[in-house]
Amino acid sequence: MKFIDEYRDSGLAKKYLDQIWKLTAHEWNIMEICGGQTHSIVKYGIETLLPPSITLIHGPGCPVCVTPIEMVDKAVSIASLPNVIFTSFGDMLRVPGSEKDLLSVKAEGGDIRMVYSPLDALEIARKNPGKKVVFFAVGFETTAPATAMTVLQAYENNIKNFSILCSHVLVPPAVHSLFSSPDNRIQSLLAAGHVCTVMGYDEYVPIAEKYRIPIVVTGFEPVDILQGIFMAVRQLEEGIYRVENQYSRAVRPEGNTHAKDIIKRVFKTTTRKWRGIGEIPESGFELNSKFIDYDAEKIYTIADIKTNESPLCIAGQILQGHKKPNECEAFGKQCTPEHPLGAPMVSSEGACAAYFHYRHNYLKNFDKI
Amino acid sequence: MCLAIPGKVLEINNSKNPLMGKVSFGGIVKEICLDWVPDVKVGQYVIVHVGFALNIMDEEEALETIKLIEDIERQSSLSDNVDQA
Repeated sequence: MKFIDEYRDSGLAKKYLDQIWKLTAHEWNIMEICGGQTHSIVKYGIETLLPPSITLIHGPGCPVCVTPIEMVDKAVSIASLPNVIFTSFGDMLRVPGSEKDLLSVKAEGGDIRMVYSPLDALEIARKNPGKKVVFFAVGFETTAPATAMTVLQAYENNIKNFSILCSHVLVPPAVHSLFSSPDNRIQSLLAAGHVCTVMGYDEYVPIAEKYRIPIVVTGFEPVDILQGIFMAVRQLEEGIYRVENQYSRAVRPEGNTHAKDIIKRVFKTTTRKWRGIGEIPESGFELNSKFIDYDAEKIYTIADIKTNESPLCIAGQILQGHKKPNECEAFGKQCTPEHPLGAPMVSSEGACAAYFHYRHNYLKNFDKI
Repeated sequence: MCLAIPGKVLEINNSKNPLMGKVSFGGIVKEICLDWVPDVKVGQYVIVHVGFALNIMDEEEALETIKLIEDIERQSSLSDNVDQA
């Protein structure tokens, strides 16, 4: 058991597809919330294999895509300062700000370093006591405890030249926002497996009940996704709505209590703006008062930022599932991964980038490119 | 962004705070924080995200997930038989 190969088995995938075709009697719209799942769905051409009455709607679960442009502009502004080493996950470097992205700042001489883990950023701070090291903390509940643990390490080891630009966001408030919208057409949700690995899935039970929507905690391999879709369709056809866990090899109902405790010690919830969507109450984390000295927004004075989004980009409609990437006028023309107009074309998990990379799976629809 | 990959624990270093260990991802070995999976044993698989093990992979559940299709197919053919009857 290697926990990956077994879930890429084409024979098993075919069996699930057969069962999904057999089971589906009505039209259903199912949203996968996580960009990682969107990527798998598009990469393996899963949508093209499903009954045409099932529509998969790609959700806003790509933190790189929903990080507000103001935050990218703040990152650009801090990264341009002398004596600062700015650290970030690779995906954030090419996200367009109002005037430029972080990679352009690097090209102009800024000290910007890509890190695999926030702990690597702390190590850079430890090794460069004369410099100020800032980590761009983006991500959902999956990533938040790693940031929290790093801040805690900095605090306990008295490392003063480290801070974070915090832009962590939370899934359940976004789900509430989507489902309570008057033009919501999502009938079932595949919840993000790795967010639930940390948080568990208790908080999804009242959501399933309130909106009468079946929710299936789902993994990321093709067999996982097909099984998740099967479980969702089974509930939809039977008219029931409860929370089921497809990804039980990694997700326990209570999540990881150690990781959740670290989050509670370091963060508190706050209202956050989501790029393309708008403000969602209590949808993000910020450092609590004990760790305020590690908050880059408090340390660096940033002049008023006037944001400027591309008028051609329809990222907001894509992130809310109102439109598919190939329905955008700029897709594959003015907007490509090399020259992105919006964040979903940058991140490997953004729906636009996934559609662009795997457009051979949809050649009939994409014959213009 | 929420990408997490299963890896096999090769070594646990109890002397470090936080708890760290060596984890192999198909042969590529990385130093990973094991603080949130304090009960982990060498040889077990953990699911890792940005340098942190998020949970121990449950082998029994993993096999169950694969075997589930057999139950589904059995139920489906039973209901086919009922329909035909």
